[in-house]
Amino acid sequence: MSGELLSLAGLFTRLSLLAIGGGPTILPEMQREVVAVQHWMPAADFTALFALAQAAPGPNMMVSTLIGYRVGGFAGALVATLGMIGPSSVLTMALVSLWHRFRDALWRRVVQASLVPVTVGLFLASASIIVITADRSILLAAITAAVVAISLGTRLHPLWLLGAGALIGMLAL
Amino acid sequence: MSDAPSTPAPTPSIGALFMGFFSVGIIGFGGVLPMARRMIVEERRWMTAGEFTDLLSLCQFLPGGNVINLAAAIGLRFRGVAGGCAGLAGLMAAPVGIVILLGAVYGRFQNIPTVRHLFAGLGAAAAGLILALSIKIAWPMRRNYGGVAIAAICYVAIAALRVPLLPTMAALVPASLVVAWWQQR
Repeated sequence: MSGELLSLAGLFTRLSLLAIGGGPTILPEMQREVVAVQHWMPAADFTALFALAQAAPGPNMMVSTLIGYRVGGFAGALVATLGMIGPSSVLTMALVSLWHRFRDALWRRVVQASLVPVTVGLFLASASIIVITADRSILLAAITAAVVAISLGTRLHPLWLLGAGALIGMLAL
Repeated sequence: MSDAPSTPAPTPSIGALFMGFFSVGIIGFGGVLPMARRMIVEERRWMTAGEFTDLLSLCQFLPGGNVINLAAAIGLRFRGVAGGCAGLAGLMAAPVGIVILLGAVYGRFQNIPTVRHLFAGLGAAAAGLILALSIKIAWPMRRNYGGVAIAAICYVAIAALRVPLLPTMAALVPASLVVAWWQQR
C-alpha cells in the first residue's frame, strides 16, 4: 500500500469511530485533516466534493469515497469507503446483543441522553464551517439562506433545492 | 406510519438482504433513513416498527452512519456476519459507483467557468441543507439548559477554535454524561 493509501485508511478509520450522531459530525475534523494537515486539496475543493456527495444518493458519508477517489483514484475510493464503514460496523455488530439486554437500564438512557448535546454542537459546527467556505459571495449566501428557510418551512424534497442552487449558480454568477 | 404485520415474514436470505439494502441505497436521495424504514418495516416486513426503533436507537448511538450501522445490525441478526456484510455491500454498491462517476466528471470539467459556477451554487444549497438539518436537530433541546451549554462549548471548540475532535470529545462526553445523569435522577 502506498503512503497516501495508508494515510487515507488511517484517517477514515479514525473518523469512523469518532462519528457519533452520524456522518455530518465529523466534517470539521475531515476538513481540517484533508485541507490543513494532509494538504490534499484547498478548502474550496473540499466544499465542492461535499456538495457533490450531497447530490448523490446513499448514506451521508459519501464525501469520504470522493476524497479517497481524488487522492488515490479507485484504490483510494475503496480504501476510504472501507475505512469509513468498517470499524463502526464491526462495533455495531459486536454490541447489538448487549444493547438488547440492557433495554431498560438507567445507564443506557443516561448515555443516550448525554450524546445528544455533543451531537447538536458538532452538527452546528459542521454547518457553519461548510457555510463559511461555500458562501464566497452575497448571491451564494442568499442561496444558502433561501434553502434554510425553505427546508425549515416546507417539505420540499432536498434534491429540488440542490438543483435550483446549481441552476442559479450557473446562470447568475 | 404503518403497524406491525400480524405474521412475520420468513428470515431473509443473504441475497434478499443485499437486494433490500441495494434498493434503499440507490433511491435514497437526501436521506436514506425514511427509505430504509419503509423497506424494512412496511414492504419486506423483516421487523416490527418497535423492533426497528429500538435497533435504530443503537445505530444512532454508536459512531458511524446511522443507516450503515442499521444494515450491518439487521444483516447480522438474520444471517450472522455474512448477512451483515451483505447488507453493507448492498447499501453501498450503487452510491459508491454513482459518486465515483460524479467525481470523475467533476475532475474532468471543473476548470470550465460554467461548471465552477454550477458547483458554487450547488455547494451553497448543500450548505443550506446541512444548516437546516442542524437547526432541526438542535430545536427540541432548546429548553435543556445543561445540554445547550455543552452544545455551545462543543460548537466554539470545533468551529471557532478548531480544536481537534478527539480531545474535544474526551473532555465533553464525560461532562455531558454528568449533566445527563444529574438530570435523570
